[in-house]
Amino acid sequence: MAVSLPDENFTLQATGRVARRQAISRASKWVLLGASMIGVVVLFALIVDTIVVGWSRISWSFFTSYPSRFADQAGLRSSFIGSVWILSLTIVFVVPIAIATAIWVEEFAPKTRLLEFVKLNLANLAGVPSIIYGVLGLAVFVRLFGWGSSILAGSFTLFLMILPMTVIASQEAIRQVPPSLRQGSLALGATEWQTVWYHVLPGALPGIITGVILALARAAGETAALIMIGAFTFIAFDNTSIWDSFTTMPIQVYNWTVRPQEAFRQNAAAGILVLMVVVLTFNTAAAALRERFRN
Amino acid sequence: MSEAPTTTPPTEAALAHQGTATPRPAMSRKSVGASQRTAPDRFTPPEPAALEVRDLSVYYGKKMALSGVSMQIPVKKITALIGPSGCGKSTLLRSLNRMNDLIPGARITGAVDYHGHNLYGSNVDPVEVRRRIGMVFQKPNPFPKSIFENVAFGARVNGYKGDYNELVERSLRQAALWDEVKDDLKKSGLALSGGQQQRLCIARALAVSPEIILMDEPCSALDPIATLKIEELMRQLAKDYTIVIVTHNMQQAARVSDYTGFFLAGEAAYGQLIEYGPTEEIFTTPMDPRTEDYITGRFG
Repeated sequence: MAVSLPDENFTLQATGRVARRQAISRASKWVLLGASMIGVVVLFALIVDTIVVGWSRISWSFFTSYPSRFADQAGLRSSFIGSVWILSLTIVFVVPIAIATAIWVEEFAPKTRLLEFVKLNLANLAGVPSIIYGVLGLAVFVRLFGWGSSILAGSFTLFLMILPMTVIASQEAIRQVPPSLRQGSLALGATEWQTVWYHVLPGALPGIITGVILALARAAGETAALIMIGAFTFIAFDNTSIWDSFTTMPIQVYNWTVRPQEAFRQNAAAGILVLMVVVLTFNTAAAALRERFRN
Repeated sequence: MSEAPTTTPPTEAALAHQGTATPRPAMSRKSVGASQRTAPDRFTPPEPAALEVRDLSVYYGKKMALSGVSMQIPVKKITALIGPSGCGKSTLLRSLNRMNDLIPGARITGAVDYHGHNLYGSNVDPVEVRRRIGMVFQKPNPFPKSIFENVAFGARVNGYKGDYNELVERSLRQAALWDEVKDDLKKSGLALSGGQQQRLCIARALAVSPEIILMDEPCSALDPIATLKIEELMRQLAKDYTIVIVTHNMQQAARVSDYTGFFLAGEAAYGQLIEYGPTEEIFTTPMDPRTEDYITGRFG
């Protein structure tokens, strides 16, 4: 048998069409990377700019001072406390109502056209601009119920605003619980509610918590709806009751940005930094909790 | 009347040797002898009926899945339901403890009598039904909780007031799993092997003291050794419980069951009970040619 000699021209390097296809493949990775970087770079530039402008204003007194007409004496105290009040109340309202709604829709509601209609509109509601919720809050809570521009009116407005997305996140989490768990539980003589309580809810909890925290992050940064109900005010006291008028951090930041003096711009930048840290903390907590429950 | 060879069923001690290579003990089966059957699907077991299915049809939406089944499930015996896929045997099984209720659009006509009450009667609560008629599924589905909690769950939700340690041990012993898990009852049920998971699911079902246990292809996800253990376990359990098992494995039906019902969808798209009788008769002298074709492997 003839032994074939090594062919001088034989090569395993990409040539011709293969080389062209590989070049496109390599280029595509750079294009995709570039697309991904646009958002990251812009965000990074923004953060750096904010830090450069606002860092000098970050100090303990910035947290302990009330707003002031003198920029170097103004601080976040009342708006920080207002944000804590508003968010705490919003959590209290939204968690039980959203979970209850999601459980009913996913586990108990008869599967009718009406239900489909409700589900569809839940998704639509999540996309309604926040200013609309502000108008609703103004008409219903502030005027009709006579609550004024109070913490209660503000947290109810935010509650309504984040309810749809919290419900949707909870529904999603409940759907992830495998049906075999429900069957196993029911086949042991557990009632539907016992099945939900002992198996569906614990299984869905990581997803629900994530959804709630992300929704809260949005509520924490919400400005338009609260300005609409009249929270754009000068507060130089600590909130102690749900009937107090209030302001929140994003509103305070907005307040500072519209002032003409350069010094207030610095305040605004510092306020943005604080707000960003808060929101980032929320999101990190969401990720950590999800991982922990998943273990 | 022919007497089948009877051997002693596996004892507690024998079952305790799980995992060692013990020779396979012969399955004990009380011979039911030749029966007087007038038609392939007309058969009344000599034992009292634990469940009496009367002219049961099941529909999924507009589609009929099972048509006009009548059969008596004898008490403290193992009844196997066999037949090719789509013949309605799982549908029948699921309608014996109202698990079909969970399928949207499922509807039944006819009746299933249990202690003289129709399971589909107007005042019947499915939770009461399922507490007394337990179920083991094809794929082991332990809860993502500890072994202890898996077994205790059914008792807890049913408001059991006794000693849970004792209940869990007894149930796990009955399911021939105790010796393998007694030292780590806190371990997750999902950490067990497939066969162990399935025995855990059986232990879980036993813990609520059902009268009847329905098994939907309980061994189809298991290896032969684990399958054998479950089969031994079933023979053991048949002393105290009525068992209905759906299986694709005809050898399993032949080995383990006392009575066998053969189902077929045939030309019609819906399943029917073709033949029902003592397992030996079904496998040795079937009356219907379709039964014979199926058990000899000519189709299905």
